[in-house]
Amino acid sequence: MKAMRAIGLDVIGMSKRFGALAALDNVSLKVPAGTFHALLGENGAGKSTLVKCIMGFYQPDSGQVLVDGEARAIRNPREAADAGIGMVYQHFTLVPSLTGAENLVLANPHGDAVIDWRKENSALEAFLARMPFRVPLDRPVAQLSAGEKQKLEILKQLYLDQRFIILDEPTSVLTPAEADEVLGLMRDMTRRGEVTVLMISHKFREVTAFADDLTVLRKGAWVGSGRVAETGHETMAAMMIGDTPIRERADRLPRENAPVVLDLAGLFADADDGRPAIEAINLKVHAGEIVGIAGVSGNGQSALVEVLSGQRPMRLGQMFIHGQDFMPGRKQMAAFKVFGLPEEPLKNATVPTMSVAENIAFRTFDRPPIARLGWWLSQAPLRAQAEALIAKYRVKTPAPEAPIATLSGGNVQRAILARELSGEVDVLVVANPCFGLDFASVAEIRAQIMDQRNRGAAILLVSEDLDEILSLSDRVAVMSSGKVTYVEAIEKTDRATIGSHMAGGGH
Amino acid sequence: MEPGSAFFMVLMAMIGGAIRVSTPFLFVALGEMITERAGRINLGLEGTLVLGAMSAYATSYQTGSPWLGVLVAGLAGMGMGMLHATICRLPKVNDIAVGIALMLFGTGIAFFFGKPYIQPSAPRLPSIPLGGWSDNPQVVEALKINPLFIIGIALAFFLAWALKNTRAGLILRVTGDSEVAARALGHSVGLVRLAATGFGGFLAGVGGAFLSLYYPGSWNEGLSSGQGLMAVALVIFARWHPIRCMLAALLFGAAGAIGPALQSIGITQGYYFFNAAPYILTLFLMIGSAGSKKALRDAPGELSLTR
Repeated sequence: MKAMRAIGLDVIGMSKRFGALAALDNVSLKVPAGTFHALLGENGAGKSTLVKCIMGFYQPDSGQVLVDGEARAIRNPREAADAGIGMVYQHFTLVPSLTGAENLVLANPHGDAVIDWRKENSALEAFLARMPFRVPLDRPVAQLSAGEKQKLEILKQLYLDQRFIILDEPTSVLTPAEADEVLGLMRDMTRRGEVTVLMISHKFREVTAFADDLTVLRKGAWVGSGRVAETGHETMAAMMIGDTPIRERADRLPRENAPVVLDLAGLFADADDGRPAIEAINLKVHAGEIVGIAGVSGNGQSALVEVLSGQRPMRLGQMFIHGQDFMPGRKQMAAFKVFGLPEEPLKNATVPTMSVAENIAFRTFDRPPIARLGWWLSQAPLRAQAEALIAKYRVKTPAPEAPIATLSGGNVQRAILARELSGEVDVLVVANPCFGLDFASVAEIRAQIMDQRNRGAAILLVSEDLDEILSLSDRVAVMSSGKVTYVEAIEKTDRATIGSHMAGGGH
Repeated sequence: MEPGSAFFMVLMAMIGGAIRVSTPFLFVALGEMITERAGRINLGLEGTLVLGAMSAYATSYQTGSPWLGVLVAGLAGMGMGMLHATICRLPKVNDIAVGIALMLFGTGIAFFFGKPYIQPSAPRLPSIPLGGWSDNPQVVEALKINPLFIIGIALAFFLAWALKNTRAGLILRVTGDSEVAARALGHSVGLVRLAATGFGGFLAGVGGAFLSLYYPGSWNEGLSSGQGLMAVALVIFARWHPIRCMLAALLFGAAGAIGPALQSIGITQGYYFFNAAPYILTLFLMIGSAGSKKALRDAPGELSLTR
């Protein structure tokens, strides 16, 4: 009989309302000690609300938490920590300017006021020696890779002796190999009875590979639970989506000998702090082709998109469209028919306080029929255009005059699609278009992108979601440390090869 | 070097002047450094400095104890700092705007309550003669060190140590770099900033006490002439490090001492130009460090300057 240090957790009948919205509706969950439990659900299904209630960030309206079978009131994260429950957040909570050791020491709520570094360092050494993974502790966290940061987050919880660990989408910033390593080690720890893990995820592959049990939430309600081994991906998807109709994606039309449309020749650009963000980017995109750029977030993809859309100055290099010199700017973008779907559209592609109609008109407001005499903005055609596009792209908005910030994420993205894709498109730059959206919106947006490809647009798709890249791209390029390290046709490559290049391995 | 030479006299006058002039810079800069390390800018320190000068002078005059004046000045400054922090805790309040308002408020109430103290003479802080080993009167004069300067230098080294080796120092850095992280650690961002801004205000008040009780050593309305604001610029130039703050304060002090030093050997040409040296220095340092990407790297992440 192994010594069971892990603790079990039961959630009974938990409900939480935010105003009119029932974020959680009578949800129960059972996680026995020493198991690896996956919590599945779409964005907005209530997963985060549930774990935040467990952690004491929110006070549930009803329901209770049992720790090892005993009811326990958790009023704030400190009390959760006292109960042995720790959480690893999706966004890192380590302090970038402090070293790993400083972060760990600071995390201990019972530490001394004056820190005796010699004593602390030897204690940390002894602790690390017992741990399955190692992270350099003497460097500022800002210099660690995403994988090392994620490991350090987990180490922090273990250092605090938390024995029930909640992981919130832990692999979104990791390469596939790093994800497998971290989750594999966590699973081994559950097998040894050292910890219990509750993982929020939407990646079926990881759930199947690592979890023992799963629970699915939809629209704040419990939909189902079961053994992972007895549940197929189709069942999981059906439980998550319910009966929402999903748009079928257009077939990929074959293409031959298409001309090069977008040609990036030796692009260099600097990050805000002056360090190089992208270096020597060479990439050609043909007509009717989607080139997917894979990579762990923070390897220069955002800088590349910003250079292409004129938001970040190029230090060196040249861009060509149809063989002609292209300098991103309103005039040239209109002339060359360059459009874009940047990531986080509400932040990067809209003025949140302006109306849906105005946001939709950003590409056309200075041209007839909306602009007269070159300076007079007439409202009637602006409204007519907005109404037509809102209907065509099924943007759910109370009125064209509503501020675009009041729309849901999926509808903001649809409004931007309407603005960017309703005309003729030669070049399309897309960045993480489906991040944080529900299944129906994701299917819709991917179908639109494929549609543009089939109509002959040259598309650059930057995505942190490898599955999205694999399902949409004709060719894959991998960015690592600001450089394109690998380019290959989709049929000649696979997940593992791309993953090793994402990790900077290059073999 | 010939002890009687003009160059030696200017040098000695500048060293003495640097020590005198730099002391208020040193205190305000160290206080503002702590405040900004917590993620907030307090531009009101100019007002705090003037209020500190007034309340120190008034207390010293009324009680006869200059040291009690220093304490009261510090407490008045702390009150101003905590007022800033409290207002900034309200939703959608901009710390820079509040700072400008408090700058005007601080100078305003100092002028209002300070009117009766412009004429009378209050007991001043003593100085410590460290130049007794020399028989050169210039050396003796330059090394008459004020005790606040020594306290300030010690404080700079102490803060440098404390930011690294105490839990409070680490928590301060966390709050300045990432509110989310501080909250995840279970610390109240508002409380940390209240303490940091209060501490910054205390030091600025002490800096003000130096102005009225040591050098120039009297209370009048033109006493500060923007030194509180220059100290804020100095913190950015020093990239938020206590030791660099100290060096920058000495540099500013030396620049401020150029004019009087040249005057002491009879060069009066361009006197006003040389007196403007610290302001010109501020301008060029701001231009220089604003373009520096290194400065951005060292800046606390939550500072509204850098966001």
